[in-house]
Amino acid sequence: MEQVIIDTANHIAGHAARAARVKVVAAYPITPQTTIVEKIADFVESGEMDAEYIRVESEHSAMVACIGAAATGVRTFTATSAHGLALMHETLHWASGSRLPIVMAVVNRAMGAPWSIWPDLADSLSQRDTGWIQFYCADSQEVFDTIIQAYKLCEDEKVFLPAMVCLEGFILSHTYSPAKIPDQEKIDAYLPPYRCGWALDVDHPYSHANLVSPEWYMEFRYMIQEAMNNAKQIIPQIDKEYGKLFGLQHGGLIEKYKCEDAELILLTMGTIGSEAKLTVDKMRREGQKVGSARIRVYRPFPAEEIVKLAENSQMLATIDRHISFGMEGFLASETKAALFNRADRPPLAGFIAGLGGRDVTAETIEKIAKKSLKYATDGKVENDPIWVDLKE
Amino acid sequence: MIKEPKKRKDLPLTPLSCPTVGSMGKTGSWRTFRPEVDYSKCTKCTLCWIDCPDAAITRREDDSPEIDYDYCKGCGICANECPTKAIRMKREED
Amino acid sequence: MVTIKELPREEYLLKGHAACAGCGPAVSLRLLFKALGNKVILVVPACCTTVIQGPYPYTSSAVPLQNILFESTGAAASGIVAALRQRKLEEITVVGWAGDGGTADIGIQALSGAAERGTNFIYVCYDNEAYGNTGMQRSGATPYGAWTTTTPTGKGERKKDMPLIMAAHRIPYVATACTSYPLDFITKLQKAKTIVGTKYIHLLAPCPTGWRYDTSKTIEVGRLAVQTGVWALYEIENGKFKLNSPSDRLIDKSKRKPLKEYFSLQGRFRGLSETNVEKIQKQIDDDMENYGKLASNCVPDQAIYGRA
Repeated sequence: MEQVIIDTANHIAGHAARAARVKVVAAYPITPQTTIVEKIADFVESGEMDAEYIRVESEHSAMVACIGAAATGVRTFTATSAHGLALMHETLHWASGSRLPIVMAVVNRAMGAPWSIWPDLADSLSQRDTGWIQFYCADSQEVFDTIIQAYKLCEDEKVFLPAMVCLEGFILSHTYSPAKIPDQEKIDAYLPPYRCGWALDVDHPYSHANLVSPEWYMEFRYMIQEAMNNAKQIIPQIDKEYGKLFGLQHGGLIEKYKCEDAELILLTMGTIGSEAKLTVDKMRREGQKVGSARIRVYRPFPAEEIVKLAENSQMLATIDRHISFGMEGFLASETKAALFNRADRPPLAGFIAGLGGRDVTAETIEKIAKKSLKYATDGKVENDPIWVDLKE
Repeated sequence: MIKEPKKRKDLPLTPLSCPTVGSMGKTGSWRTFRPEVDYSKCTKCTLCWIDCPDAAITRREDDSPEIDYDYCKGCGICANECPTKAIRMKREED
Repeated sequence: MVTIKELPREEYLLKGHAACAGCGPAVSLRLLFKALGNKVILVVPACCTTVIQGPYPYTSSAVPLQNILFESTGAAASGIVAALRQRKLEEITVVGWAGDGGTADIGIQALSGAAERGTNFIYVCYDNEAYGNTGMQRSGATPYGAWTTTTPTGKGERKKDMPLIMAAHRIPYVATACTSYPLDFITKLQKAKTIVGTKYIHLLAPCPTGWRYDTSKTIEVGRLAVQTGVWALYEIENGKFKLNSPSDRLIDKSKRKPLKEYFSLQGRFRGLSETNVEKIQKQIDDDMENYGKLASNCVPDQAIYGRA
């Protein structure tokens, strides 16, 4: 029975794990993820979820327990944030190298030192090289839908990679909003039983992941890159199919808003992308042709889509809720990289906003847009990232 | 699954290795000394068999030891443990 | 109690593997398969066994073996056990097979977590008293006075007492074993298989490469470890402490072989001074006296903390 519930994005993520019929959850508490795993514990104890919940003693063990369970042939789920994700770092490599379709919710939170519990994208973006597919959500409906879609994607035989579904702490994780939970039978029809590319099996014994010499290691890595490229093709198809079945979709790789005739396109991620729509509408009412492109999928990086967007625009601005110290925001760098070889590429201004949970409102985004438009008319763009609302 | 890949398309999704005798080749080539059994002294206690790190000793029908010289590394545990000194370590000739 | 001849002839550690000549852990892994057969999933962290398997696309293990990160044997086993239960395949035995470094040092957290959760698996620490895979650096399980590459003048600290640490977790079965006492080890594994919960076996596995003795002496060195009291064979089953043969007779100091018989065989103890040896002798005397008290008292709660 389809229902609409009003709940936090964290609880809704818990619903998604339940609806996906996950069999093993291994998780460790960390603010602001904690209420996901509490919700799952409730579901398991009440019998609403037929699964094992392993209350591990650290995030590193959480991911390894998922690896063990996935390697033994069951669907798995975990969730974490910030330092928990950082602690998992080597295990993320192990999971993708093992080609296991684990799905993890990452409730984005700033990294310490010093301690901060508020959101920015430092945690998950720091893991972009680990071979995990990365989704960035703008609302709790998208969190639910993306978790379900992620299992479908990851268990596709052309993919078999793990995925993280990211949502900003407190802005989404602890905020109540409505979400539609589709009918379970329809979800079961959409999401077949767990498929894996391999499993530990006493009838067909193998050693998994013993030493691979330089003779073959590169080829195994190439296969991961191939899988990422396949994911780029498959993600829009999955989103469209989900949209047809459930009336819900989120733009595939990039959610575009009024970009077709935009002179300036704002490239954003997460909830900033949602807020940017307000800015776009206001500035259009004032006669400015602005559009917003929310990068929903960061890995694989939608380079081709970005090139298409750039073809029609005169100016790009990226808003990064993260900085790679010594360089710039990741979205700025990677967008530039996607456009580098195009002779007709538009200029790009990179902005840093919202670190450590500093609020990014429609007004802030309007400031960014106006500054970008000025760069465009002046014909001059700053190379260094521009920090927005920085105190003197 | 293809046991010995020759091309990239032969590879499994992730490295899965097949159980193989001689994963390191014929490890008998590591030897400096080889064990030689005097079967007249052997009491078929099977201690040599159970203590061999390399599973290079198998038990014949009568429980006396059969040494696989392709894989015996010549460690000498069997000779050291044999209660009747029926096994002697002899230096390999070139 | 089974005899050696009654043990199955099938081998699941295949010959031609990469272990050093005379490797104690390799003998021990063969014994594990003799005890448990092949309906087993092995979880192996970074350790000597990682290398012993040999390189892709070959392996010397004829049972499914999950190689895993150094810290993580206990966590991986927890995940595998949970998945087997979900798939109704609980007749498969999950065995964590880890070296002393991956158990006493970097792996202790995940092991402790798995034990606290009562994960239903057998964990065997095969202890060659140093980080063997990387060339014999000291671990928490290296004994006092032993040379290693990072303790060139001998380790100043005593060996971490993993069996009693695990007993403090109140798991149903803890045991020590030694490669040189194969039937004792096999009996303990078979007993562990019948128990539900976390089972921990700490196996002393002599290493010629690291301990610096002639490769032929592996079984002899292990035997001397037990005969001198350096290593005691015991079980703690539901908190009840029991010494196994021959350690039960060796509470009596006069029945023990002199320590120098054990030390003189091994290059790693060449640097031991008289003072070192006296200190080691005292440690052994204290431990054996304590084991004797635990064995005779048999009061479960006292046994668990290792002090009568």
